Amino acid sequence: MKILILFAHPAFQKSTVNKALTDGINLIENVTFHDLYEEYPDMDIDIDREQELLTKHDCIVFMHPMYWYSTPAIFKEWQDLVLEHGWAYGSTGNALLGKLFFLAVTTGAPKEVFQKGEIQNYTVRELLAPLTQTGTFCKMNVIPPFVTHGGLILEGERLLQYKAEYHKLLTHIAQDKLDPEKVKEYEYLNHYIKEV
Amino acid sequence: MHEGGFFYQAFVYMSAAVVSVPLAKKLGLGSVLGYLIAGIVIGPYVIGLIGEEGQDVMHFAEFGVVMMLFLVGLELQPSLLWKLRAPILGLGGMQVTITAGIIMAIALLATPLAWQTALAIGLTLALSSTAIVLQTLNEKGQMKSEGGQNAFSVLLFQDIAVIPILAIFPLLAITDGAASGHHDHALWIDHFPIAIKTAIVLGVVAAIIFCGKYLIGPAFRLIAQTRLRELFTAAALLLIIGIALLMTQVGLSPALGTFLAGVVLAQSEYRHELETDIEPFKGLLLGLFFIAVGASIDFSLIAANPGLIALLVAGLILIKFVVLAIVGRVFGMGMDSNFLFTFSLAQGGEFAFVLFSFALQNGVITADVANPLIAAVAISMALTPLLMIINEKLIQPRFGTKEKDSRKQDDIDEQQPLIIAGFGRFGSTIGRFMQANNVQATYLDIDPNNVDLLRKMGLKVFYGDASRHDLLEAAGAHEAQLLIVAVDDSEKCHEIVETAKKHFPNLPVLTRTIGWNDSYEMMEMGVEGFYREYLDSALRMGADALGKMGFRSYQVQRSLKLFRRRDEQMVRELAELRHEQSALIRGSKQRIQDMERLMQDDLNRMVKDKDMGWDATSIKADFGTLLKPIIDKEHREE
Repeated sequence: MKILILFAHPAFQKSTVNKALTDGINLIENVTFHDLYEEYPDMDIDIDREQELLTKHDCIVFMHPMYWYSTPAIFKEWQDLVLEHGWAYGSTGNALLGKLFFLAVTTGAPKEVFQKGEIQNYTVRELLAPLTQTGTFCKMNVIPPFVTHGGLILEGERLLQYKAEYHKLLTHIAQDKLDPEKVKEYEYLNHYIKEV
Repeated sequence: MHEGGFFYQAFVYMSAAVVSVPLAKKLGLGSVLGYLIAGIVIGPYVIGLIGEEGQDVMHFAEFGVVMMLFLVGLELQPSLLWKLRAPILGLGGMQVTITAGIIMAIALLATPLAWQTALAIGLTLALSSTAIVLQTLNEKGQMKSEGGQNAFSVLLFQDIAVIPILAIFPLLAITDGAASGHHDHALWIDHFPIAIKTAIVLGVVAAIIFCGKYLIGPAFRLIAQTRLRELFTAAALLLIIGIALLMTQVGLSPALGTFLAGVVLAQSEYRHELETDIEPFKGLLLGLFFIAVGASIDFSLIAANPGLIALLVAGLILIKFVVLAIVGRVFGMGMDSNFLFTFSLAQGGEFAFVLFSFALQNGVITADVANPLIAAVAISMALTPLLMIINEKLIQPRFGTKEKDSRKQDDIDEQQPLIIAGFGRFGSTIGRFMQANNVQATYLDIDPNNVDLLRKMGLKVFYGDASRHDLLEAAGAHEAQLLIVAVDDSEKCHEIVETAKKHFPNLPVLTRTIGWNDSYEMMEMGVEGFYREYLDSALRMGADALGKMGFRSYQVQRSLKLFRRRDEQMVRELAELRHEQSALIRGSKQRIQDMERLMQDDLNRMVKDKDMGWDATSIKADFGTLLKPIIDKEHREE
């Protein structure tokens, strides 16, 4: 299965977590790493090219740091322009039909604070609902997210462990070993891949 | 009054130039006319600062024409010259033969002159003035236009035609020429039979081409390696003088020889160096030449026969004008181009002075016939810049607009909301962008080729100088929403903005500028926007350079925008500061000061990253201690 990772980080030069997670990601077979801010620094998104890329892949990943409970800005522009009516959704929009879709987000805070009554008040999955719903609306097969928590102080061994799990997950999917229906029982793909 | 040696003469000539040329330029008359007027004023008939030695000066200064043709050659790749062969032979050939024929016929019918004399007069008067025409066309930036190119082709043909004309004059002798005894033109080559002579001439031409291609390059390289600038200049001058001497030795026109050398060297890597080295010499000598022409106009002769001279001048210009217009039409030139072509070439040329004196020596003509003709030629030359101004200011706009109007009359939206002045590199980009966005504009341009192109595209276009308020008015400046000034020449930009702001104060103006000073002035004139032509491309290049060096494109893009914003703000701040500083430090010193200020500012502000929203440092400091135990606990559990 071919995987397309749509990646967005406006200040990648300052990143530690995402830098580690993406390090060597290109080397995984059947993975295309597509860096949106690098490709479109002036936000001038090439719609045809993006749609062609999507068509050529079977699994679509949105990978980004969580900014204000959502994506960095370019992802919004990307969705608004690329996911056209009649192409991605609507009665004749079947370009993405059945493709596997998941989010790979990083967040500074620990998982514990993402629940009712805590600082963040909602779970990560609740907060990311607009994005997963976009995938569902575009007729894709949405599976749980891969979430990197505690990015604020993540470094060394722990960071490398996240990276290893993430890359293992991608290899696993690329080799068609992932059963979408089975993983839907998990809250995060992190949990699933630990068990593989 | 005019004794006193070299320095006195130099002083007189140069002060005349320094006073009159800027004045003429200010009045929009062009430098050639300025020089000519200066010559007339200091000449023997007005103030009398220079006397008959003006003639010698003219012979010396003719060398400027030689240099000019060398420079023209440098600009002309051999392939381009080959492309011009049709206009050179066709246009030039027709112009010379028909004009000579008509003048000869008139001379035969109207005067008792012998046919030999009539033929000599016809041939001589058929030639136009390379010096005046090329200089004026260059100054107006019309050399590269269709009309300009064709005018150049004709002049080139005339330069070549001088050789056979000089050759046949001795055969036309009707009397024992005034000076046929001492032939100072007698050349060593004349002793050979005609076949060998031809062979020698061809050999010399071949030698020039061969040397230019294979020897001059290495020679210049050696000279350049000495890193003595003046030596290179000397070598460049040596090259031209050498060729001129060689050509004179074999009886060819020196101008033609240096032109040939220029063409051969047009592909050499030293082309630009040669150009910049020769340019000032050419300019000075040509100026001198024009002054000498002005000074040589014989006002006593004119005063004695004003009617005759006026008739000659008018006849000469009229005949040449009609022939040129017809020839240009035959060769399919559009109306604007043909007017430029016709108006620029309708005069006698400096060759006439040479040819008439040569004819006198050979007894082809008598002094009482030649002198009024020489005066007429000189006057027609002096009138050329004026004729070209008349063409530019009166004829072209009228016909340009008329042609346009008859075509566009049935259009409903007569007035376009946007006026774009200038359709050069800069303006055409804007124009195309507007077209791509379906915004119709009215275009103003001084280049007939651009005008033709735009007209063919069905666009509303006016030929002419956009700094004239009547042209702006005709283009609809009263109703327009916006004027874009995109002319290549920054001085012209200023004039246009000045006119627009004065006559159409409600019309917003966006203008192209070159540098800071330019921008300050535009700002003071109250333009709504000014755009330094280099800024965006320089920044884009810098941005790409950063990208190539491993910077993230988005970071670079942000930095570019920030830099541009700061830079534009600084220009405005500096413009205000400028008023507080003394006028003394203006100019180059001002530029350095401004640069220093800018660079300081870059260091202080740009280095600090402004995109703090994407920086986690402060968040870490704030939440890190609070969240650390929880994160640690979570990781332990995993």
